[in-house]
Amino acid sequence: MAVIPPGADPGHMDTAVIPAETPEAIEAAIAASKPRGLLRRGWEVFAENKLALASLGMLVFILLFCFIGPLIYHTDQVHTNLSQSLCPPSAAHPLGCDNLGYDQLGRLMVGGQTSLEVGFAAAIVAVLIGTLYGAFSGFIGGPVDSFLMRIVDAGLSIPYLMVVIILSVVFHPDKLIMIFVIAVFYWLGVARLVRGETLSLRTREYVQAVRVMGGGRSRAVVRHIVPNAIGTIIVQTTFAIADSILILAGLGFLGLGVQAPATDWGDMLSGGLTFLQSGTNYWWLIYPAGLAIILTCIAFNFIGDALRDAFETRLQRR
Amino acid sequence: MTGFLIRRILQALLILFLVTVFTLALVHLFPGGPIRSLLGPRATPEQVAYYNRLYGFDQPFYVQYLKWVGQLLHGNLGYSAKLNQTVTSLIAQDLPKTIVLVGLGLAVSLLFGIPLGLYQAVKRYTTGDYILTGISFLGYATPTFFVGLLLIEWFAIDIPLFPPFAPQGSTVAQILSDPRALVLPVAAYAFVLYALWSRYMRSSVMDNLVQDYVRTARAKGASERRVLWRHVFRNSLLSIITLLGLSLPTLVAGAIFVEVVFNYPGMGLAFYQAALNVDYQVLLGFTLLATLATILGNLLADVGYAVLDPRVRYT
Repeated sequence: MAVIPPGADPGHMDTAVIPAETPEAIEAAIAASKPRGLLRRGWEVFAENKLALASLGMLVFILLFCFIGPLIYHTDQVHTNLSQSLCPPSAAHPLGCDNLGYDQLGRLMVGGQTSLEVGFAAAIVAVLIGTLYGAFSGFIGGPVDSFLMRIVDAGLSIPYLMVVIILSVVFHPDKLIMIFVIAVFYWLGVARLVRGETLSLRTREYVQAVRVMGGGRSRAVVRHIVPNAIGTIIVQTTFAIADSILILAGLGFLGLGVQAPATDWGDMLSGGLTFLQSGTNYWWLIYPAGLAIILTCIAFNFIGDALRDAFETRLQRR
Repeated sequence: MTGFLIRRILQALLILFLVTVFTLALVHLFPGGPIRSLLGPRATPEQVAYYNRLYGFDQPFYVQYLKWVGQLLHGNLGYSAKLNQTVTSLIAQDLPKTIVLVGLGLAVSLLFGIPLGLYQAVKRYTTGDYILTGISFLGYATPTFFVGLLLIEWFAIDIPLFPPFAPQGSTVAQILSDPRALVLPVAAYAFVLYALWSRYMRSSVMDNLVQDYVRTARAKGASERRVLWRHVFRNSLLSIITLLGLSLPTLVAGAIFVEVVFNYPGMGLAFYQAALNVDYQVLLGFTLLATLATILGNLLADVGYAVLDPRVRYT
């Protein structure tokens, strides 16, 4: 319960921070205590990490390539053109063609759009649900928390890859359904993490003060707990994006991802496997999409690491 | 301790209940219901109704659930109409082969991951550490199936050292009789796991190196070698073993990609083919088995921990 020292005057709390001294001292105190913005301090630490900066640059490049690229480099990614089937790289097709005659460079852009859009959206949906669920569960506590967490345990004990494959079989996903398929079990891990964070935050004085002042549960969770766990949440989102892209690629590779003529980077690779197993060397079916996946995921991993450092050192420097 | 055990087992039972309810509910999610997905779109409504009655899908959910759990308790995981085989016999046939692949992959990855992780922690922030960290990051970010593709491209096509296919056969003996064909699948699987173990070992050793007991050992005059091997190494290994136990079922699921890429005749490939054929009995049977193994693994790990570490019991 809230601890208010006996004799403390609640009405005095707001002004208690500024000591009553000379006007100059007060001004200096205000200037010194004026916080450099949270984002700004975070960015300073983040920018010291060269690897993270390079990753950010890489990510911007990949985004431009996938979303602006098709506006400059026009290709038909809907109609097959079998006369160009498996053509090797040339001036007209810098990365060659696949077995249906799709230009590989153009396909890399279109597939990248799917991978990135689904990756981002699935991660954000999963983190949003997981955060709210975990924060409420941890904040409410007691038997309710206990039961809510058993649901999470149950979901997490089902191997993720297997359940995602089953859901793909059931739903024949397009882009939108794919987001749901990936997120519907991913949020569980986030919920467990945020709940842990909430358990330590709910005992802090400022959260207890909300209760004393008559603030409801929702207000305490949404306005106080979640913003204070935001470091963990953002870092988790970064890793979730990389994971979602990998899962989508895996499903695409198994032929259970988005339906043709839509494609993603993993789906592009499954074509490569067929021809490798027949012993022919169509390298342009393998390297571009594979490297795109690796570069994107490495970039998100490095950025996530740097963000974690940024948020942690920000706390240390205070 | 008894209280902890009872509480923990009750928790596991609750989780078991939730998982089984979810799995049975999943049956009804299949397009058009379980029978329609089995018979296909051209079956008449009369046929679907007949089979629904035959399999009891027309009964209330709780009746279905109780009957189904009764079947499970008799070891009946379902029947694959597509393969004309019980799911249990399919598992009995494929699980040993998957265990061979996972076992070999695990052994190879641990053989490299643990010593190299230890090396990285001792020589942290040196060039060697950075290079190995880079390799682990690569392992994290590379999809398993792409590792497989690259290995086939490099070592089966560019330099034809190994066959691009895993050994075929229905028994473990047949698989093991062709060790050359096993090299690439095991290598692909081991590379991805290596990244996991080496990262974990590195951070685990680094955590242990700053513990009080290390300082005590040094203060007592123990040599650096003795501190590392007798104290730090053992304690770090303990946490790896726990992680290993917890992630074993997930590892089996993770072999799906390797098995598909190399056409390795294990549970992963069977699961994948079931997915393509919408053979829901196999999909759910395999998933349920892996889930049960996970729940059991978690329970055993927790109990084992409580036995070893008294602090756990009271939290």
